[in-house]
Amino acid sequence: MSLSVDIRHRLGTLNLHIAFQAPTGITALFGQSGTGKTTVVDAVAGLLRPESGHIELSGQILFDSASGRSLPVHRRRLGYVFQDGRLFPHMSVRQNLTYGQRFAALNKGPSLNEVTILLGLNDLLDRRPGKLSGGEKQRVAIGRALLSRPRMLLMDEPLAALDSARKAEILPYLERLRDQTDIPILYVSHSVAEVARLATTVVVLEAGRVVRAGRAEVVLSDPDMVRQLGVREAGAVLSATVRAHHADGLTELAFSGGRLFLPRMNIPERSPTRVRILAQDVLLSRVAPMGLSALNILPVHIIAIREGSGPGVIVQIQSGQDRLLARITRRSADAMELRTGDAIYAVIKSVSIARTDIGAG
Amino acid sequence: MSDWLGPTEWQALALSLKVSFWSTLLSLPFGILVAYALARWQFRGKQVLNGLVHLPLILPPVVTGYLLLLTFGRRGAVGGWLEDTFGLVLAFRWTGAVLAAAIMAFPLLVRALRLAIEAVDPKLEQAAATLGAPHWWVFATVTLPLILPGLIAGAVLGFAKAMGEFGATITFVSNIPGQTQTLPSAIYTFLQVPGGEDPALRLVAVSVVVAMGALLVSELLARRAARRVAGA
Repeated sequence: MSLSVDIRHRLGTLNLHIAFQAPTGITALFGQSGTGKTTVVDAVAGLLRPESGHIELSGQILFDSASGRSLPVHRRRLGYVFQDGRLFPHMSVRQNLTYGQRFAALNKGPSLNEVTILLGLNDLLDRRPGKLSGGEKQRVAIGRALLSRPRMLLMDEPLAALDSARKAEILPYLERLRDQTDIPILYVSHSVAEVARLATTVVVLEAGRVVRAGRAEVVLSDPDMVRQLGVREAGAVLSATVRAHHADGLTELAFSGGRLFLPRMNIPERSPTRVRILAQDVLLSRVAPMGLSALNILPVHIIAIREGSGPGVIVQIQSGQDRLLARITRRSADAMELRTGDAIYAVIKSVSIARTDIGAG
Repeated sequence: MSDWLGPTEWQALALSLKVSFWSTLLSLPFGILVAYALARWQFRGKQVLNGLVHLPLILPPVVTGYLLLLTFGRRGAVGGWLEDTFGLVLAFRWTGAVLAAAIMAFPLLVRALRLAIEAVDPKLEQAAATLGAPHWWVFATVTLPLILPGLIAGAVLGFAKAMGEFGATITFVSNIPGQTQTLPSAIYTFLQVPGGEDPALRLVAVSVVVAMGALLVSELLARRAARRVAGA
């Protein structure tokens, strides 16, 4: 399963020309608002007809302006989870969930029971959408899309309308969707935190163009992407495994570059996790620090140094197979005489890592 | 009750109910189609269609009736064809009264339906399409249930208008007791003869009761449908 998109469209004063591939896993379309993210998803779903281009899903042409072909929306079989839920108000949750089943292919796909369990919907089945909270509505919307047995899921900012508590409630379900089903997901977001937590592939949009596309770990740890992600949001994602939960409230993770101690998290031992480490939470040191309160001191070497227009520089460092970003002042970088290839130490304060930045891997 | 109204009056009431029932029922599908087209589609001549639909509301009813007679009379273009092909005669028959009532009530029906359709969020219909539902199924399962309150209101309004239609009906199908003499025609006839005030007044009372009853029933149904639609 792989989606390939190459479309051109005029959107007000913006000339979109967007081309990318979305393999299995979660492909995040990332960009500020007004960069054409929703246009792309609507075009893939068939809700919008691009002026020209080509959209193909696993060899089947969904849209092709050259031959004038465009598959009607209802025959594309793409589950769409909208930002605003769009549940049918006159139907119960159960009727909403099963709406698309009538048209779904019979062969494979999750059952109502499986989806109910996966999304924790059991107590909601007989309720009306009007009586649901925002988070519950979005879970039903996801379940409804899943039960239409789509070949791919499209999600347009499914968490944007929710407060942070509701977001935290839904994120694990999306991780399970990513890890337990083989349905590819195209996920639109302007939140770096969401992208870091969920995406396997990241496509960065800017002013109607793709400026970067690739595996999430690579794109997120690319110092050249810091401007698009925002300096405060910039940070790399580490893949790690839970090694132990310690009695003093810390969880020990193992990753390719060594060990990390983090505040205790509710993930079973030996299971894979993803941890996002913000560039501004990483300190650099020329010598192995002694007598420091920080628990995580990693030997690393410098891959790249990028200077921005401000007083800060971004240093990309390698630890084992993983890459991290550190944001320090230019003054420090000059004083330490940092050069590409230098072996130094990175210091990460355990408690600075937000609980929401730790998720299932 | 049966003594209270004379046979002519009973006939007039029964005919009016029959005419209104069929005119409402038969104009509903067309009303939904036209209202949907006006609310959702962009096409050339949309304003012309809108004008045509509303014409009976503004024209003197006697003009509408005369135009119907010209078109659907036995010598009219459509009327002659209907008689030759289906053996269906409209002029001076109760079936013609159905047509006249339907045409006169159509603007009210379409207005109510159009407002209801415009109030349905097209995003819900889009969502249904992404779940694999073809157009007609989306309409039947999403649009139609959501416009139900408006549909009921429009149908009742149309029914009440059909009950009261006088000018176009009397021009097109005349005022033949037992055949085309509807409630308003009967009231008019009674008022033309000495001593007719009493039966006329009784029919006026009946009209008021039927109209009030229809409004009450529609209000109740519409409220129930609206509760369902609101998702509460």
